[in-house]
Amino acid sequence: MRKRMKLALKRDWQYWLFLVIPLAYLLIFAYYPLLGLQIAFRNFTAKGGIWNSTWVGLKHFINFFESYQFTRVIGNTLILSLYSLVVNTVIPIGFALLFNCVERPRFKKVVQTIVTLPHFISVVVLVGIIMQIFNSRTGLYGIILEAITGSYPSDIFAKAGNFRHIYVWSGAWQHFGWSAIIYIAALSGVDLNLHEAARIDGASRLQRVRYVDFPHIKSTIILLLIMDMGRIMSVGFEKVFLLQNDLNRSASELISTYVYQVGLAQSNYSYATAIGLFNSVINLILILAANKLSQRVSDTSLW
Amino acid sequence: MKRQSMNRSREKAIRGASDRRFHHFCVGILIFLTIVVLLPLMNIVSASFSNPTAVSQGRVWLLPVDFSLDSYKNVLKYEAVWLGYRNTIFYTVVGTIMNVTVTLLCAFPLSQYQFAGRKTVNKILMFTMIFSGGMIPSYLVVKELHMLNTVWAVLVPGLMSAYNVIITRNYIETNIPGELQDAARVDGCSPVKFFRNFILPLSRPIIAVIAMYYAVGHWNSYFNAFLYLNDRELYPLQLFLRDILVNSRFDSSIVEDPEMAQIIQNQADALKYSIIVIATLPLMCVYPLVQKHFVKGIMVGSVKG
Repeated sequence: MRKRMKLALKRDWQYWLFLVIPLAYLLIFAYYPLLGLQIAFRNFTAKGGIWNSTWVGLKHFINFFESYQFTRVIGNTLILSLYSLVVNTVIPIGFALLFNCVERPRFKKVVQTIVTLPHFISVVVLVGIIMQIFNSRTGLYGIILEAITGSYPSDIFAKAGNFRHIYVWSGAWQHFGWSAIIYIAALSGVDLNLHEAARIDGASRLQRVRYVDFPHIKSTIILLLIMDMGRIMSVGFEKVFLLQNDLNRSASELISTYVYQVGLAQSNYSYATAIGLFNSVINLILILAANKLSQRVSDTSLW
Repeated sequence: MKRQSMNRSREKAIRGASDRRFHHFCVGILIFLTIVVLLPLMNIVSASFSNPTAVSQGRVWLLPVDFSLDSYKNVLKYEAVWLGYRNTIFYTVVGTIMNVTVTLLCAFPLSQYQFAGRKTVNKILMFTMIFSGGMIPSYLVVKELHMLNTVWAVLVPGLMSAYNVIITRNYIETNIPGELQDAARVDGCSPVKFFRNFILPLSRPIIAVIAMYYAVGHWNSYFNAFLYLNDRELYPLQLFLRDILVNSRFDSSIVEDPEMAQIIQNQADALKYSIIVIATLPLMCVYPLVQKHFVKGIMVGSVKG
């Protein structure tokens, strides 16, 4: 065994040479932080650092479970990410299926280029755009409503209830064209003979979408859904963080923004790390469960 | 016999009509969605080219009102935009070069079936995709390395994305046949030589794809810089944009010209529109030209990891 390893090393040393920098990077920036997770069980102080602060066991976890924020941030995270998951799965798939039915290549190319463009807008600029467009006096939204109803609408950012809709639908606006690309590509691989056969059997185009096209992309859909499952608890922190204000906090405070708030803004590192760890573990369980489930129902698996 | 064929042709005509209707429906939906995407974009571009007063009075719909370049002229006088642009270009160029290099270094051994350690390294890599230490431990690492408030804090923590390594590995595996590896080895070609003489030239398409992914990421990211930088001189454009667009905070203390400060006060809205355009334009212009590469990247990435 030892000898074999030595032999392999002798043969492969150049490959390992390639991996020196990548592995060093992974070690320092992906694995070393895992050791840092122990501060979730300690009372982190600048002096004690990761290794020598006092152990406090599960205190921070219990504090979190017992705090009034617990149900709020978990509820907000789950609702926002499931809402977003549904909208951002259904719309791209629907778009791809309809797109695939159209038979004008030039027209399709123009449409596809335009609808994918917003994907490249940065989060900061997107939030800027949302704030400008939905400004109730100078924005497009305010102008249109004023023209229809005769009076300026109220500020939509001031109501916590609007937060989720703003978040989810601006995301759909920005990304549906991009997300659809993968489905469109999968659809272009549908066997034309299947369509021909279905047509001879008298299937209309709509029926062929239902019974030929859709089954063809089902495994892609499932695969992407599993990957999304793993992200359920880490839904769009960067955007939420920008959209957050004191008026919508009751709907917009998520686990991740709370970790930032407690940890870096209030320097309560241990408590924040405990919350983050709790979050990561749930994430891991979700992705493993989703993978198992999909193996069982459809033979599709991530690994 | 005859009747049957007549029936069939009538059926076909009916079906044809309904299919045509469905086709029209699809085209209609596509046009609708395109308009939905375009409307806000048009509104922003038009507002940026309108007279600032018209913008703050809320008179701009879809076309510029009282066409004027005033807001652009004023934005270009705003020093933060230049500074941010300069820094962002630096982060994008240097960062992307570093990213692509390290990604290739990692993807190459993983794509070679002759490399005995590839399963293990693969697992090490995959694990980082499903479990991570999270914000605070990562922050502490950057702090311990004394990278806070240096350009390294922006460049190094995101040095390599596991996802990009996997699509690069997949590309090499599927496009550069194993026989080539064997032949090269028989001829006494070492892995390093093989990488230089075969892999690099043959993976140009995937290098272009991941370079674009990384570059867009650098251009658009703000959060690492926000977490790790205090020094305004190092801020990327997005961080200045956050102040201006999201917090409505034009840093008037650094605008020395009092007249300029006054302009900023009065024309905040119009300025925001032109800043949005200036910050987004480069990507929007480049994207249609390189669209097919991006799409190819998605295809390669969709092969199971």
